[in-house]
Amino acid sequence: MSVRHGLLALLSQGPSYGYQLKVEFERRTGDSWPVNVGQVYNTLDRLERDGLVERGETDGDGHVFYAITESGAAEARSWLEGPVVRGAAARDELAVKLALAVTLPDVDPEAIIHAQRVATIRSLQELTRSKAAGGDPDSPEEFAWQLVVDALIFQAEAEVRWLEHSEARIRRLQARTSAGGAAGGTTASAPRTAPAELPAPTTASVR
Amino acid sequence: MSRDRIGASELLRLDAVSMHYGAGENSVTALSGVDLSIKRGELVAIMGASGSGKSTLLTIAGGLVTPTSGEVIIHGQYLRDAKPAQLAAIRRRTLGFVFQDFNLVPALTAVENVSLPLELDGWKRSKARRAALDALHLVELDDRADHFPDDLSGGQQQRVAIARAVVGGRALILADEPTGALDSQTGELVLRMLRSRIDEGAGGILVTHDARHAAWADRIVFLRDGRVVDESRRDDASSLLAAGA
Repeated sequence: MSVRHGLLALLSQGPSYGYQLKVEFERRTGDSWPVNVGQVYNTLDRLERDGLVERGETDGDGHVFYAITESGAAEARSWLEGPVVRGAAARDELAVKLALAVTLPDVDPEAIIHAQRVATIRSLQELTRSKAAGGDPDSPEEFAWQLVVDALIFQAEAEVRWLEHSEARIRRLQARTSAGGAAGGTTASAPRTAPAELPAPTTASVR
Repeated sequence: MSRDRIGASELLRLDAVSMHYGAGENSVTALSGVDLSIKRGELVAIMGASGSGKSTLLTIAGGLVTPTSGEVIIHGQYLRDAKPAQLAAIRRRTLGFVFQDFNLVPALTAVENVSLPLELDGWKRSKARRAALDALHLVELDDRADHFPDDLSGGQQQRVAIARAVVGGRALILADEPTGALDSQTGELVLRMLRSRIDEGAGGILVTHDARHAAWADRIVFLRDGRVVDESRRDDASSLLAAGA
């Protein structure tokens, strides 16, 4: 997602000038993504360069109106109708941190999970409190804001579930390795051939 | 065991509560040295995997089961010292239970379900009915008072159960997965209503495996193998939204 697609979606409703686009973008996304007006004008310049918008008339107050072109409208439709493809999960800092932790001999991955769970739950409590204290859900701005808060709430919930799942897996592994008389815990010297759930290569198969 | 005076606002306290089932080598520890305090206006969520001790904790807090060791104190009364009749009276007058599957009596209307515990406690029928109607008003079900449970949606049935849990001024709500059988939005509505009962002076324990629902609590306690492993309070929550996240 970029501001670029958001502005194109707004311009598909009719010509607008820069400041108007900034205000509308923020209003319609529940003020969850503040943009500065300079960023809006830079984006409009790039959209014009790419043939997706055209510079139109200037009104009496000096506002330059931009209008969407046919290819811009197609791009806006394609963005609105297409699924959002997220970046690779491997770039998730928390997943990377935990993946590294289970391969390091002197790091306790459960301590990482506990610290993160408390932090994530606190965020979840804060988000829930903000939502509970929110205004009239029938107003368009409040409704937009609540949709964004809901997204953050569901993401935090998913993170807590993943942390619990990871904790259970780590504990199962520890139980299996100690039952098998293996030493060395979850240390893995060659992550590709000995992923986190496998004990050190000297241990017999645990799967 | 020390027997400190507990504050007037403290509704429930668990002191070093442990619960073991069986004996010797086959003994299973369900709870181990759990301390917990619930004050008026406070909702505490208990989270943890299956078998972590969540439900055991709730049954002990509700006086349904006596712990192997440790003390349960409700409104200043040590449950271990209470005679069976006293214990039953504490449960009737102080505690309200909310379960996942609502547990309403199908042959009784909504208002009759809510007034039932009061009538069992010796209230006159007319007075109990008035109190039940007041409780149904709090959960915005005035117009469903004479409906039978079968004629109510799951969310409405759970709101009746919340009304039954607080009717007659009962102050401690013990809820076991109250949103487990409800869709996401209905579950949220039920939690809002539970939360507003708490904000008006009740206290409660909410057992849930769902972090999104636990987040309605002031404090969240995580159990693992019968022990408290983490705890989160909302007072020290940092603001995500202020940063424009």
